[in-house]
Amino acid sequence: MINTGKLAGWAARLVLPGLVLLLAPELVEAQDAIDSGDTAWMLTSTALVLLMTAGLAFFYGGLVPSKNVLNTMMMSFVAFGVAGVLWAVAGYSIAFGGDGQYFGDLSMALLNGVGTEASGTIPHILFMGFQGTFAIITAALISGAVVGRMKFGGYIAFIAIWGLVVYAPVVHWVWSGGWLAGMGALDFAGGTVVHVNAGAAALAAAIVLKPRQDYGVRAMLPHNVPFVLLGAGLLWFGWFGFNGGSALAADGLGATGAVTTMFAPGATVVVWALLDHFTTGKTTAVGLATAIVVGLVAITPASGFVTPIFAIAIGAIAAFPSYYFIKWRTSSSLDDSLDVFGAHGIGGAVGAILTGVFAVEAIGGTAGLIEGNPGQVLTQVIAILGVLAYSFIATVVILKVIGAVSGGLRPAADLELRGMDGIAHGEEGYATGDGAVLILEDE
Amino acid sequence: MKLIKAIIRPEKLSDVLKALYQADVEGVTVNRVQGHGGETEGVETYRGTTVKMGLTDKIMLDIGVSDSFVEVTVNAILNSARTGGVGDGKVFVFPIESVYRIRTGEKDERAVTPITEETNQTAI
Repeated sequence: MINTGKLAGWAARLVLPGLVLLLAPELVEAQDAIDSGDTAWMLTSTALVLLMTAGLAFFYGGLVPSKNVLNTMMMSFVAFGVAGVLWAVAGYSIAFGGDGQYFGDLSMALLNGVGTEASGTIPHILFMGFQGTFAIITAALISGAVVGRMKFGGYIAFIAIWGLVVYAPVVHWVWSGGWLAGMGALDFAGGTVVHVNAGAAALAAAIVLKPRQDYGVRAMLPHNVPFVLLGAGLLWFGWFGFNGGSALAADGLGATGAVTTMFAPGATVVVWALLDHFTTGKTTAVGLATAIVVGLVAITPASGFVTPIFAIAIGAIAAFPSYYFIKWRTSSSLDDSLDVFGAHGIGGAVGAILTGVFAVEAIGGTAGLIEGNPGQVLTQVIAILGVLAYSFIATVVILKVIGAVSGGLRPAADLELRGMDGIAHGEEGYATGDGAVLILEDE
Repeated sequence: MKLIKAIIRPEKLSDVLKALYQADVEGVTVNRVQGHGGETEGVETYRGTTVKMGLTDKIMLDIGVSDSFVEVTVNAILNSARTGGVGDGKVFVFPIESVYRIRTGEKDERAVTPITEETNQTAI
């Protein structure tokens, strides 16, 4: 049996490029041309990942007492502005410019030379924008560790500096020919770059900021659990762009990224629900929403390297360390208020290690432990530890400096107890307007 | 018997409840209220609309106690609700004509005396 279609395909691949080369040299450029299908998917993915930060705002906002709901949501929303603008100003160039081991350069600062020319098969400007949405959500993720007790100005200064000094260089290490890329560390969509990175920063920030005045004294319950579930759902939806889009193409790899993203959190939800049931006798909604995030985080580094069945295994395994760490954390003096380290730091690290275990050569081009390459696991561990250490130390230094020059990172204790919304934003999340007197400006 | 009515800051509710519990005062009704007590009025702005918030969120507690418990209860509230700033609230003490416990029909002093472990067991 001869498959004529396949033969014709081979003939086209072998012969046609040669013909093109002979007949029209300038058409060789077309090999690197913009593909409309890929571009359409990446435009979509960019919007999907941008929506994740709004989803994160609802996820975080629902978890805090109502007196802090606006401040908590604003910490995510302001990242659209601060982290987004700085990505265009310098972050993109530090991340993707030049070929240094540790930092990019400023050759593309202010998007110099970033236009609609092809980068792979999509416009360069779109690649830059897609990556910018990652910079925004990574900064916003950290805020969960410091809700309810950080001056808003200090927070803005922190995410501005952190984005340039920590996030952009770490992107360069892993995704733009830096030292971890050179070692062969695998991180398809940001398990290490985004989640271990933000998790380590969150841990450092929670320690530097110290616990909220209320912490350990009275229960600070989620004020709106439906918000938490809404946020988790939006994050899952947007994550199809995060992982599916990290293929940078509308092809089989993009499909693998999207489908593994669909199944891994499902497995985490099942395992988490069982752990909840056997621990407390009930399956909790906040627990389930947390499980979705942990599963999404864990599959992120592996999403373009494993099969959907391995994704289910990764999601299931990832539930255990995060579940028990968060359980321990809530009874400790560590006020990582919304468990950014437990969900993103630990979930990201577990996912990155399991990427080294389950990677399938036929999917992502690299074999993992189960295909006889145990060294990949070690490489993954080195990448995790390198990012963890740099992010943690740099975060401590940045916060200490901001605190020293701005007269402290926290507001007065009595103001903090009344809630951050009034002092930071002059608004309330749920104002009734009763007794409010209009102030009319004098003519 | 007296009815003690206290208006306190919402953020002090946990402290006050804890102090009352430690003073063996176990019956309390909690209301979320808004009011004005001379504190500085906060200014809020919503897309160009600037308003002075004339009313502040407060918590109002109603506690019925026997005469021997009045001072204990008032002191527990004063000590636990105080921050030193304007707006800490007030404690009012009213005389009561009569009190009935619905479950048993007990009247007056007996009705505001906390149920003992023993009676609690039988109630369950």
